[in-house]
Amino acid sequence: MIRFASVYKDYPKGAALKNVSLHIAKGEFVFLTGHSGAGKSTILKLVYGELRPTAGDVRVSGFSIGDLSPHDLPRLRRRLGVVFQDFRLLDDRTAEENVAFAMEVTGARADSIPAKVMRVLTQVGLAAKASAYPPELSGGEQQRVAIARALVNDPTILVADEPTGNLDERATRGVFQLIREINAGGTAVVMATHDLDLVRQTTYRTVELREGGVVFDSGVDEGSDTTEGLE
Amino acid sequence: MSLLVREALLAFRRAPLLSGLSITTIGFSLYAVGLFALVAVNLREALREVEQRVEVVAYLLRGTPPEAVAQASQDIAAFPEVARVAFISEDEALRRARQELVEFRDAYRDLKVNPLPASLEIQLKDGYRDGAHTAAVAERLRGYGFVDDVRYGREWIEKLDRLRNIAGVVGLTIGLAFAAVAVVIIGVTIRITVLQRAREISIMRLVGATNGFIRGPFLVEGMLKGLFGGLLAIALCYGTYLLFRGQAELATSGIVFLRSPQLGLGVVFGVLIGLGGSLVSVGRHLRNV
Repeated sequence: MIRFASVYKDYPKGAALKNVSLHIAKGEFVFLTGHSGAGKSTILKLVYGELRPTAGDVRVSGFSIGDLSPHDLPRLRRRLGVVFQDFRLLDDRTAEENVAFAMEVTGARADSIPAKVMRVLTQVGLAAKASAYPPELSGGEQQRVAIARALVNDPTILVADEPTGNLDERATRGVFQLIREINAGGTAVVMATHDLDLVRQTTYRTVELREGGVVFDSGVDEGSDTTEGLE
Repeated sequence: MSLLVREALLAFRRAPLLSGLSITTIGFSLYAVGLFALVAVNLREALREVEQRVEVVAYLLRGTPPEAVAQASQDIAAFPEVARVAFISEDEALRRARQELVEFRDAYRDLKVNPLPASLEIQLKDGYRDGAHTAAVAERLRGYGFVDDVRYGREWIEKLDRLRNIAGVVGLTIGLAFAAVAVVIIGVTIRITVLQRAREISIMRLVGATNGFIRGPFLVEGMLKGLFGGLLAIALCYGTYLLFRGQAELATSGIVFLRSPQLGLGVVFGVLIGLGGSLVSVGRHLRNV
């Protein structure tokens, strides 16, 4: 599903990743941990094609990220759902419109969109606030809209970059629970986080990064534990 | 298609101030071009009126048989440059002189013998009223044995030629300069719109929108802005025209407004600039993100 083979990534200011090799299987849940600047976000950006590796090979859902053409990038992104700490919602569209937008860009049939959008909004517990604009929603609710948007195209991988970073404890618990449920449905999740409490609550695979290299991987040769630990 | 138009119209609703400013900027840029076109059209009109006075007069020897004159008139009328040939008899020439030259009216009244010769007045077709064609017609007229002299205001026509050439070159240069400035200003305006929506573009890309999908609404939006800007420019030009027409001196000189095809061309120009500006701005933005 996701395979990093001896991947290096250099920025003008220095190396962000040094010889990272990683395999994430279908349906797996993996935490990426480490201090700021350890390389977590760089790994995620390589997964969703925002960056290209300087050296080595990154393969995601059959696409080689190093050789990704402009034509392939949208095709890759439609197989992924991406969630950020800052939500990245369009403030001048309602929750429903934000989610529908992700379907519209894929050219989905117009008559199939409303029902699907309501289904994912229900799944994330926001059906009642479908017509609210992001500024009218709490941080946790906004992140749920972002997750609904990420889910609406049935991704095989959910990429989450500090999805609870801006949320209070209660909202964090709710959003994390939602992500776990999504994983339980068969979607692989790669989640970068600073929140070690979250990591400790579960037995999911944890990959720790330091200065661009993998210093710990709890899941080497252990396979997936996605169905365990659900509350 | 409906999504494309809906997204483009939504852009107007979401950023009404910026959209309004864009349309106003495009409108005023095209207004400058339109004002120049208005001046150019009126100058050309004025030149055309002057041109219409260009005529070649062949003075005939006394005693030329009327049949010879009639035959020559027919031949001359068949010249490709010639629009009309009029025979002015000696009596007609005297009558005109008495009527038009008021200060010499007494002198002409006391004449016992008419000193004025008969003549052929030849008017040229549009596009043949320049120095070269006029001189060629004059030369051919001199070939008739009964033609005594040919006059066509050579120096005057050469000056008119020069004026026409200068007006053409200056007009084209200034017109192109105005158009280029309009293109640059409109391009910058559209670039600002694209930058203002950079976040939206990045989100569209994130959820898997193709470049074509992202570009579409911007192109429609750019075309609409060009269209509205073009219509605004026409309204401003018409207002200016009415203002000037209201001035007494200009009213008498017959100032004209742009004709429909010219107005249509202006709007098409606006739409094309809007489309081209959007294409370049969005394309560049998409390449850089």
